[in-house]
Amino acid sequence: MKWNKRKMIDRIMSFLTAACVVIAIIPLLSILYTVIINGLPAIDLDFITQLPKPVGEPGGGLGNAIQGTFIVVGIASLIGLPIGILSGVYLSEYGENRFGRFVSFMADVLTGTPSVVAGMFGYTFIVLYFKSFSAIAGGVALSVLMIPIVTRTTEESLKLVPGSIKEASLALGIPKWKTTLYIVISTGRSGIITGALLAIARISGETAPLLFTSFGNMFWANGLDQPISTMPVQIYTYAITPFPDWHAKAWGGALVLIILILVLNIGVRFVTRRKYGM
Amino acid sequence: MDRPKLSFFRISRSKFSGDLIFEAVVGFFALCILILAFLLFRELFVESGLSRNTFGLGFLTGSTWDPVKEVFGALPFIFGTLVSSFLALLIAVPFSLGIAIYLSELAPDRLRTPLSFIIELLAAIPSVIIGLWGIFILAPFIHDYLVPPLSTYLGFLPLFQGPMYGPSMLTGGVILAFMIIPITSSVSREVIMTVPTHQREGALALGATGWETTWIAVLPYARSGIFGAVILGFGRAIGETMAVTMVIGNSQKISESLFSPSNTMASVIANQFSEATSSLHVSSLIEIGFLLLVISIIINIAARILVWKLLRVEGGGRA
Repeated sequence: MKWNKRKMIDRIMSFLTAACVVIAIIPLLSILYTVIINGLPAIDLDFITQLPKPVGEPGGGLGNAIQGTFIVVGIASLIGLPIGILSGVYLSEYGENRFGRFVSFMADVLTGTPSVVAGMFGYTFIVLYFKSFSAIAGGVALSVLMIPIVTRTTEESLKLVPGSIKEASLALGIPKWKTTLYIVISTGRSGIITGALLAIARISGETAPLLFTSFGNMFWANGLDQPISTMPVQIYTYAITPFPDWHAKAWGGALVLIILILVLNIGVRFVTRRKYGM
Repeated sequence: MDRPKLSFFRISRSKFSGDLIFEAVVGFFALCILILAFLLFRELFVESGLSRNTFGLGFLTGSTWDPVKEVFGALPFIFGTLVSSFLALLIAVPFSLGIAIYLSELAPDRLRTPLSFIIELLAAIPSVIIGLWGIFILAPFIHDYLVPPLSTYLGFLPLFQGPMYGPSMLTGGVILAFMIIPITSSVSREVIMTVPTHQREGALALGATGWETTWIAVLPYARSGIFGAVILGFGRAIGETMAVTMVIGNSQKISESLFSPSNTMASVIANQFSEATSSLHVSSLIEIGFLLLVISIIINIAARILVWKLLRVEGGGRA
């Protein structure tokens, strides 16, 4: 085999670019490894069901933060999913005009909103108005991040529905709105659900929007107009203290959160891949 | 003879109104996106009024940030954001390009999907968990293994002088690099994949190797889109909050050295907003948030235009 310079360069560059991939995967593996190693010892039944204890006291858990995360993400989804999905339907089915293209462009641009800015919006828009940190303010802040993502994924997945199916339905005399509701949306359903679940996974881990909207709370949730504890904020609060037993709690919380998010992510990919494979 | 005609019209009229209602309903939700964008701007603009009136343009150039004396200048944070983001790009761009090239051109087919899925999984990890890892794993690692050689061999540069305690601009930049690699590499990869096959076939037919094909025929074609991907990564880096807040050290001083603690626009907000008591302090932080929003929207628009130009032309051709 002849080893000329050009072949050498080809081999070297293949190797170097492959090395880039390997090096980029190292942090991910390191993160997963440390979260599992440090998180596992902290997790037991109490960790998921109990309230936090003051520093120095053994036991206690993040039960209220887990509850709070579900509540705040639930509020965000109640606001974000209808707006996101229906505006996505508009953009895909009725959006071939200047208004539609502009909205689509704005949704795209809004996906780049810094999360801390979304939190600030929740603060000025809801917290200042009701004069109290609240679960609702947290939900609104998260929905700001959620809406553009859901809009774009809905639009993209509905645009994949073949035109022939729509045309067949319209040719049968079915009005366009019924065609959209019963034919287009139900054909593109799995794409919409995928997008919605990925958006939920994304906002479940957000901390910055919640710091000054839902704030935090050492007790169980008592009303949507009250400050509420969430996992990301609790992890952050524990992480920046100097106490080792709170660090352990932070790692435990990180493991619970990462499991939740990775299950959503990997589960969704698995379901959609199987579908496209068939 | 009249009847069928009438009923025909009746059906068509009822169809028409159902369509109208449906389009109006979904159209209203689409309008909500614009309302949201408008409200986002308006809220932050109005609430930062006090700070804008007090400091004017001097807010951007003032380097003192003193909540006690109520003097606020955002320069240290603008500096911190720019330096940490550029540092992140410096590290992330070569890696992202390498990843994009490998996964779209050089890798064996069956490795492409799983590898790109794993790289994108990094983007799914919550920022606060990356920050936690940054505090306990990355910062000590950089302190023990990266700082000694840097200060020994490059210590003559002001960038690498002074002591390093863990939280620093360098740690912030490195962690940002990890966080923008997924988006920069996946957008670059998408852009590279839109390069028409005949570009590659032409080069291969002339006897070019795989790498030469990529270098001569593929990359020049994808250049503007890759630039868009880099800008998109830059936008991510600027807005990234939690992980940076946890490792950058929160110092209000502008320092030449990458080893010293610093602060970014996003991290100063995360750190001080819930503790700020005076209305001028709150308003100044909101003005920083407003600047952050405006900058990241401009960056996003620029990036979308660059990436879209490429993807849309090709998408049109494909359809």
